[in-house]
Amino acid sequence: MSANPIHVSRRTFLGGLVIAIALPACKPGAKPAGENKIIESNAWLRIGTDDSITFLCDKSEMGQGVYTALPMLIAEELGVNLDRIKVEFAPAGDPYVNNLLGTQITGGSTSVRDGWEKLRTAGATARQLLVAAAAEQWGIDARSCSVENGVVVSPHRKKLRFGEVAEAAAKLPVPKEVALKPAHEFTLIGKSQRRKDTPSKVDGSCVYGIDVKLPGMLYAALAQSPVLKGTVKRFSGDKAQAMPGVVAVVQTSSGIAVVADSWWRARKARDVLEIEWDAGPNAALDDAKIAAILRKGAAGEGRVARHDGDAAAAIKGAARVVRADYELPLLAHATLEPQNCTADVRDDGVDLYVPTQVQQIAQGVAAKAAGVDAAKVKVHTTFLGGGFGRRLEVDFIPAAVEVSKAVRKPVKLLWTREDDMTHDAYRPPAFDQVAGAFDAKGNLVAWNLHLTGPSITARMFPSVTEKMVDPFAVEAASNYPYDVPNVHVDFKQQEIGIDVGYWRSVSHALNCFVAESFMDELAVSQKKSPLDFRMALLEKQPRFRQVLKLVARESRYGYPPKGCHHGLAVMEGYGTVMAMVVEIFLEGGKVQVRRTWCAVDCGQQINPDTVVAQVESSINFGLSALLWGEINIANGRVRQTNFHDYRVVRMSEAARIDTYVVGSDGPPGGIGEPATALVAPAVCNAIYEATGRRIRSLPLSRHKLA
Amino acid sequence: MTKLSVNGKSMDVDVDPETPLLWVLRDTLGLTGTKFGCGMALCGACTVHLNGQPVRSCQTPISAVGDQPVTTIEGLSADHSHPVQQAWIELDVPQCGYCQSGQIMSATALLTEKPRPTDADIDAAMAGNICRCGTYQRIRAAIRRAAEIQSKA
Repeated sequence: MSANPIHVSRRTFLGGLVIAIALPACKPGAKPAGENKIIESNAWLRIGTDDSITFLCDKSEMGQGVYTALPMLIAEELGVNLDRIKVEFAPAGDPYVNNLLGTQITGGSTSVRDGWEKLRTAGATARQLLVAAAAEQWGIDARSCSVENGVVVSPHRKKLRFGEVAEAAAKLPVPKEVALKPAHEFTLIGKSQRRKDTPSKVDGSCVYGIDVKLPGMLYAALAQSPVLKGTVKRFSGDKAQAMPGVVAVVQTSSGIAVVADSWWRARKARDVLEIEWDAGPNAALDDAKIAAILRKGAAGEGRVARHDGDAAAAIKGAARVVRADYELPLLAHATLEPQNCTADVRDDGVDLYVPTQVQQIAQGVAAKAAGVDAAKVKVHTTFLGGGFGRRLEVDFIPAAVEVSKAVRKPVKLLWTREDDMTHDAYRPPAFDQVAGAFDAKGNLVAWNLHLTGPSITARMFPSVTEKMVDPFAVEAASNYPYDVPNVHVDFKQQEIGIDVGYWRSVSHALNCFVAESFMDELAVSQKKSPLDFRMALLEKQPRFRQVLKLVARESRYGYPPKGCHHGLAVMEGYGTVMAMVVEIFLEGGKVQVRRTWCAVDCGQQINPDTVVAQVESSINFGLSALLWGEINIANGRVRQTNFHDYRVVRMSEAARIDTYVVGSDGPPGGIGEPATALVAPAVCNAIYEATGRRIRSLPLSRHKLA
Repeated sequence: MTKLSVNGKSMDVDVDPETPLLWVLRDTLGLTGTKFGCGMALCGACTVHLNGQPVRSCQTPISAVGDQPVTTIEGLSADHSHPVQQAWIELDVPQCGYCQSGQIMSATALLTEKPRPTDADIDAAMAGNICRCGTYQRIRAAIRRAAEIQSKA
C-alpha cells in the first residue's frame, strides 16, 4: 500500500515560512550564551534551536480532548513522541479557519475532522523539510534518512536534532506534495494516549478564563435586564459608587457594570444599583405564548431539506397513515464556569483573555467595542470550563471591553450563575409534525417530517440561510437513513422573540427525538419489534446495521432483567453512526436509567479513550435534558436561576455506560456530541415498552408515569 | 486583618468579614484552583477542607473560618502524589476539568473517613458535586482506585 500524496495548498501554509527570533534577556552586543531561536515551521508548529517543539492548538479545549488528539496528529507525521510536544492555544488568525465551518471555530464536532489532513500535512511537511536540511548538511540523499523522536538519522547513524536543522529547514522551499502515512503505519493515531491536560486539572493549576489575573486588574459585575432583550431606561450608580472598593459604575451595551477592587465587592455593590428597565418587546412573553407562536407558525410549507419521490401523494393514496406531533422546550447550556471575559484596552491595542469557541468573532466584537481595528485585538484563549455551544456566543465580551476602556485598566468581568442561567442563548424549542404511511402490504412508503422552530443560523450566520435551509435545523432529519421511497423533510423558521443558540449536538437532539421515537410508533403500529422494523429498512446501510447488531447483542436487547425495559435508537451525525440501547426501571412513576449501551462507528479513531469519554459525557448531558431540562419564560424573564431549579445529573443519577467502538479506518467522524441526541428517544421508547405510553414532549418531569 | 491558615501557611488578609472564603482564596491569595460555579453551595466546585471537613467555600464567610486550617486543591500534594490525584491521572477522569478540584476535595474527605467506601457511600459523599461533562463513571472508578492506592501506601 502506497502513501497518500496530499497537495499542500497555499491556504494551509498561509504566509509560508517565517523565522521569529526569541532572545532571552541579555545586554545588547553581548553574546548570549543560551540563545534560543524559535522557528515557525508553519502556522501550527514552532521548533526551537533548543529542540523544543510547540504546537499552536487552533481549537479550544473544553473537555473534548483536542489538547491531546490534535498534537497526536502532528506528532504522528513529524516523528516525535507526544510528550515532546508542548501545546499553546493559537491566536485569532486566518490560517486557523475551520475549513468545515468557514471561520475559526470549535464546534460541530469538527476539530479532528478539520485537522485530520491539515495537521498531519503540517507535521509531514515540517518533517520533510527538517530531513532535507539535515541531508543537505551531510551531502546525502534525503530519502536515505529517517527520523527517530525528533532526530534525523543518516544511513550511517549520523544524527542531527530537529533544533539543529530547524533554521536551515525554514529556508528551504515548501514541498508541493508530501506523503502521509497509510493507516497501517500509524504508531500513535488509534492508540490511547493520556490526556496532556490531566495533571493541570488535578492540581488546580489549569488556567480557565475565570482564573486570569493581570497586574492592576479590576473586577466587574454586570446588571443585565431581567426581561430578555430589555434595555436600561435610567439608572443611578450613586449608592453603588459609595460601597467599599467600588471604582466606577459604567453603562455598557449590555447593562450596568460595577467595577471594584475585588469581584465580591463589585457583586455586592451591584445589589444597590438603582436601575429602571425598559422591558421591551418581550414584556409579556411566556411559555404558552411561545407554544402558540410555534403552532401557528407551523401552518404552511417550510424550506425543503429533503425531497425524494412524492410523500404527499403517497400519504394520500396510503392504506394506513400514522401521524404525531412532538414538542421540545428551551434549554440552557449551564457550563459550570460562568461566562467571563478579561479585557485590557490600552492606547496601543487590546488584549482579550477569554474562554471562547470563536476567536475571530470574539476579536471582531471586541474591536468594535473598543473602536479599533480587529488587527489591534489580540485574543488569548484560555481553557474553557465547559463549552457545549454556549461559548460560540460572544455576548459577554463587549461589556468587558467597554468597561476596561472606560476605566483604562484591565478588567475581569464575571457573570454570576444567575446571570448565566437567565441570559443564555437557549436551545431552540420545537413543534414538529410527522407522518408515516403504509401500503396495503404493510410497507412503509412515505415519511413526512415538518419541523417548526426558530433558526440559530439565521441570527449568527445569516449569509448561510439566505441561500438555503438552515443546515443546523435539519440534522438527523434530512439524512433520514431508512429505505423509504417517498421522503419529505422541511423546516419552517418561526422566531419567538428571544435568542436561541447552538447546544451540544444542535438539531440532532431535537430531530432524533422525533424521528427515532416515531420510528418506534410505526413499528408498534405494524406489531413489529423496533429492532426488526428498523433493520428491514436499513438493508442499504451497512454502518447502521453493524452498530445496531452490535448494541443489540451486547445489551441482550429484548431480554431485559425482570422488571426492566429496553428502548433503542440509531442515528448518523457528524459522520459518526451510533446505536444505543437503554435499560430502564420504573419506580413510583420515576424513570431510573440503569444502563446504557452505545455502539459507535466513528471511522478512524485518534485517541480511543477520549472517544469513550465523549460518549459517556454526551449521554449524561442528554440524560439531564431528558429528565428535567426546561427553561420556562414568564413575563419575558427566565424562571430558572441556578442548579436547584435547573437540575442536572449527579453521581447517583448518572447512567452506567458501556461503549463499543467498531474498528474502522474510514475518515474520522465527530464524537463530542452525537450520543447526546440518542438518549431521549431510546429512553422514551423504553418507557413505551414499560407503560404503553408514548412520550411526545420533554422533559420527563412534566409527565406522571405512575 | 484576618488571620488564616491555608495549606499549612499562616497569612493575614485584609477583607470584609462577610467575604466568602472562596473569593479570598481566589482573588486575594491567588489560589484559583478552587472554582466558582453557583454561589449557592449547589454545585460543589468550590469545595475545600476546613479542619479536614469538606465545605463549600462560596457559602463560608471568612469570619467563620477563624484559626481552623484550610486545605485547597493546591495543598493536596506538591507533585500529584496524593492517591486521589494519582487515581484521577491514571483513569484520565477530567474533561473540561472545571469541577474536578471540588470533586477531588470531596473524594479525599470521603476516603479519609471511609477508606473502603461502598457505592452508596460514594453516591452520598459526591452528591453535592456537579460535573457538567458527566465524568461520574470515571470519578466512581477513580475513587475505588484511590482507595486501593491508599491502602497500599
